Amino acid sequence: MGVAAAESQFHVLAVDDSLIDRKLIERLLKTSSYQVTTVDSGSKALEFLGLQENDSNTPHETSVCPKIHQEVGVNLVITDYCMPGMTGYDLLKKIKESSSLKNIPVIIMSSENVPSRISRCLEGGAEEFFLKPVRLSDVSKLRPHLMRTKCCNQENEENKCWNQEKQVNIESSEIESQTAAQSNNKNKRKAIDEGISPDITRPRYNGHSLVSNHL
Amino acid sequence: MEVVGQLQKQYVDFITSLFREAYLDDQYVQLQKLQDDSNPEFVVEVVSIFFEDSEKLLNDLASSLLVSISLFWVFILCLRPSLLLMVVLFFLLFLFQLYSQQQVVDFKKVDGYVHQFKGSSSSVGAQRVKNACVTLRNFCEEKNLDGCSRYLNLVKQEFYLVKNKLETLLRVSITLW
Repeated sequence: MGVAAAESQFHVLAVDDSLIDRKLIERLLKTSSYQVTTVDSGSKALEFLGLQENDSNTPHETSVCPKIHQEVGVNLVITDYCMPGMTGYDLLKKIKESSSLKNIPVIIMSSENVPSRISRCLEGGAEEFFLKPVRLSDVSKLRPHLMRTKCCNQENEENKCWNQEKQVNIESSEIESQTAAQSNNKNKRKAIDEGISPDITRPRYNGHSLVSNHL
Repeated sequence: MEVVGQLQKQYVDFITSLFREAYLDDQYVQLQKLQDDSNPEFVVEVVSIFFEDSEKLLNDLASSLLVSISLFWVFILCLRPSLLLMVVLFFLLFLFQLYSQQQVVDFKKVDGYVHQFKGSSSSVGAQRVKNACVTLRNFCEEKNLDGCSRYLNLVKQEFYLVKNKLETLLRVSITLW
């Protein structure tokens, strides 16, 4: 049950040096039912992602392996372009150059509408470029990218862990662990289907927002 | 109940006028949409951060545009020169100060601060502040110190205006809803 819960939520890493923008993007993502981690710099983002990198390389603990990867796993990175030190573009390049991280979709945000910047980012491997301030309608564009990569990762992880279990569990009955892996497999498939359920984002209207109708 | 109805109408009129006069734009509406029962303080939180951040940025901006050459004047006075010499020296120093201010001000740094301020005001929906920041940035690019000083004052003015209005707005909305 714990496995299903962790997997039906996508984990997004948001990177922005502005506190206000971090708060905003966090709220936008949480409203769309994503799990969110925010960091204020590209280097901290890489540090956070580095955890994921190490986990997939560490020795292999039977069926716990997929759970660990999913728990610290990041499904998408959304980053501001203009940041002191490492820019969003630098972060994008570093992610795409890393063998373990390159499949993570990266979205770039910027307050400035500079066509050359936008095309540079898209050519660098960014999935999308959002103009700030980011809105709920932008966040709804994330889902297809997340669904696509999650399914690929799921299949890769299952294959990896089945192989590892075969190697490690020489003494314990192989049949038992394989049956366990297969039932996990079924749970995962179900979780994916649940993940495709309709977007539960419903902007709530209170007294304040009545005004928007007057405009 | 009649009173509450009146207050609510006043609130609606007030906020409508803020939008009409461009103190606030649609981004503020977006913030309101993100507030719900699970996060009832969201708008207040974001606006408070905006106020704090902005005060700091305004201070940073003011000090980065200021160049202190007052020590030279003290030195001149200590020399006790003759009146004519003093006038000549003051005049030369005045010219020097004019020239050096252009060089000494780090416009790139100023631009950085303005960029941040533009970003945060845009994220909160403070349209007039954002627009003033855009013009201020243009002066920075031109390294126009005079323009920068003038527009910094305008940015400050717009900020305090919108701050005042937002504080009123939020205070009223908390009591009414």
